[in-house]
Amino acid sequence: MNKTINQKAWFFVIPVFVLVAFNAIIPLMTVVNYAFQETFGNNVFMWEGTRWFKQIMLSERFHAALGRQFLFTFIILFIQIPLGIAIALSMPKEGLGVPVCLVLMSMPLLIPWNVVGAMWNIFALPDIGFLGHSLNALGFDYNFTQQSGDAWFTTILMDVWHWTSLVVLLSYAGLRSIQPAYYQAAEIDGASRWAVFTKIELPKMKKVLTIAILLRFMDSFMIYTEPFVLTGGGPGNATAFLSIDLVKMALGQFDLGPAAAMSLIYFFIVLLVCWVFYTLMMRNEAQS
Amino acid sequence: MAKITLKNLSHSYLKTQSENSDWAVRNVNIDWNDGGAYALLGPSGCGKTTLLNIISGLINPTQGDILFDDKTITSLNPVERNIAQIFQFPVIYDTMTVYDNLAFPLRNRKVDEEEIKSKVQEIAKMLELSSTLNNRASGLTADGKQKISLGRGLVRSDVNAIMFDEPLTVIDPHLKWILRSKLKELHQKINRTMIYVTHDQTEALTFADQVVVMHEGQIVQTGSPVELFEKPKHTFVGYFIGSPGMNVLPCKIENGNVILNGKKIETHKNIKKNSFSKTEIGIRPEFISFNKEGIPVKVLSVSNTGRHKIIDTESESGKIKIVAKPNESIPSGSAFLNFKKDFTYAYGDNWIIE
Repeated sequence: MNKTINQKAWFFVIPVFVLVAFNAIIPLMTVVNYAFQETFGNNVFMWEGTRWFKQIMLSERFHAALGRQFLFTFIILFIQIPLGIAIALSMPKEGLGVPVCLVLMSMPLLIPWNVVGAMWNIFALPDIGFLGHSLNALGFDYNFTQQSGDAWFTTILMDVWHWTSLVVLLSYAGLRSIQPAYYQAAEIDGASRWAVFTKIELPKMKKVLTIAILLRFMDSFMIYTEPFVLTGGGPGNATAFLSIDLVKMALGQFDLGPAAAMSLIYFFIVLLVCWVFYTLMMRNEAQS
Repeated sequence: MAKITLKNLSHSYLKTQSENSDWAVRNVNIDWNDGGAYALLGPSGCGKTTLLNIISGLINPTQGDILFDDKTITSLNPVERNIAQIFQFPVIYDTMTVYDNLAFPLRNRKVDEEEIKSKVQEIAKMLELSSTLNNRASGLTADGKQKISLGRGLVRSDVNAIMFDEPLTVIDPHLKWILRSKLKELHQKINRTMIYVTHDQTEALTFADQVVVMHEGQIVQTGSPVELFEKPKHTFVGYFIGSPGMNVLPCKIENGNVILNGKKIETHKNIKKNSFSKTEIGIRPEFISFNKEGIPVKVLSVSNTGRHKIIDTESESGKIKIVAKPNESIPSGSAFLNFKKDFTYAYGDNWIIE
C-alpha cells in the first residue's frame, strides 16, 4: 500500500504544543534554569552547576521535611484507604439512600481548600472552636497551635475529613460494577463474607483502588493550602511539609537556586513513587 | 441426590400484586425426578431464571414450597440445599489459579486437601483443563473461564442438583456445540439432576430428556421434545417450538365440531366442552399437504431452505404456512389444503381442548 506523504497535519498539533509549552514546558525550564545558576536580580546569572542539588540533598532541613512528608502521606493513606472501602461497603445499594449518601459524601470534596483550612482552624481553636473546646472540656490538654502532636492530629483529621470521600466514591463505583452473578456464585460455593471480600470485591476494585491510592498519594504529597491555613507549618517546623518548606525557601528567604533544585528533586520523587507503584500494581494485568 | 418438588410456587418482585403480570413466577407445580436432564425453555423475561434461583435458594419465593425428597426446604440457604449453579457469564476468582478456583467450593466446606486434589484432577481431566491447572484463571479465554465455572459446579459429588442458567451465551458457536455434548456426556456419567435454562429451542431439545416450557411466569407444558412438537398443549408451545411455528387460526366450535371458514375440520379428538371466549385451531406446517379438495387458499410465495420448502398461503381466516419436501411440486395460484387429522388440535383460550 502506498501512503501519501503529507506533512501538513503537523499544523494541527501546534495549538496543543503552544498550550503545553506555555503552561508546562517553559515554566519547568525556568525552574531548571534557576536550579543550575545563582542570581542577584537584574537578570544577571552565574553558573553554579550541581551545587544547589548537592546542598539540598545533604541538608538536614530537607531530610526533615521529606521525612515529615512521607510520614504524613503514609498515615493518611493508611487511614483513608481502609476507611473509604469500609464506608463504600456499608453504603446502601438501592433506594433513596443512594443519592443521599452520594451527595453527603461529595460535600467535603466541593469545598475550596483554603476554606477547609480556615474551617478547621476555627473548629479546632482550643478556646472558642467546637472541637478544641470540647476536647479541653473532656480533660484533654489540646492545643494545636502550640503542641506539635496536636497539630499533627488536627492536620490528619482534616485531611481524612476532606479526602476520604474520594476513596469512598471510587470504591463504591468499583463495587457497583461487580455483576450480581459473582455474589450468587460465591453463595453457591459456600464462601464466607471475608472470602467474598478478599476473593471477589478487592480484586474487582483493584483498578479503582490503584487510581485512588495514586491520587491520594500525589495530592497528599503535594499538600500545601490546608496545613498552611491551619497551622502555617507550625508549631516550629512540626507540620512544615515539603511544599510549605519550599515556599518558605523560595519566597521567604528568596533562595531561588536551592528552591529550584528542591522543586526538581521533589518532582522526581513524586514521579518515581507513582511509577514504581503503578508498575507493581499492573504487572499481573499485562499477562491477562 | 433428591427428587425436587415445587408446590404452588409463586414469586413477585413487587411488594403488592394485583394483576397476573405482577408475578414473575405464577403458581408453579412440578416434580424434577432424581437424575433427570431437564431444560427450562422460554423467551427472555418469562421467569425461568427466577424459577432457577428459587430452586437454588438465591431467591425466597413469595408463596409456595420447595421440597427435596418430600422434605420442605423453602427456608434453607444455597449451602444447606447443596445445589450447584452455573451462571450466564463466567464467574471466576481472578486472583486464584485454575486449581484453586476448582478447589474453592470444597475448601469452603472443609474437605481435606488429599480428597480435593483427586477430585479437582478428575474434573479438570473431564473438562480438559489439566494442562492449565497452575495458570492464573484470569488469563483464560471466555470458554476456558466458563469451563471453570462448570467445573466448580461439578466438583462436589454430593450435590442435589446442578443448575445451568444459559451457560453457553458467551461461547463461540462451534465451542457451544462441543460443550453441550460434553454436558450431555457428563450427565450420563455422573447421573445427577440437571436443570438447564435456555431460550434456545435447539439447545433445550438436544440437551434434555424432559423440556419444561415457560410462558409469562407459568409452566405451559412439560414433555419430551417429540411430545412438545407433536402435541403442543398451549398455543405458545406451538409458536415457540418448531421452525416455522404452528399455524394457529381462529375457528368456531358448533355442536362439538370445529368449523373453519364454514367447513368442518376433523381434529384428533371429539370436543365436548364449549365455553371459551376464544377458540382456535392449531396445526403444524409439517402436517399439511396439498389436495384436490379441502381448505381453499391462495399460494403467496415459496422459499427453499435446502432441506425443505416453506410455502406461505393465505386462507379466509389468515395466513397458513406449509412445509413440503424439496422435490414436491407446488401448485400456484389457488389450491386446497388437507390437515392431518391426528395432529390437528382445537384450542380454547390458548389451552388444548381434550
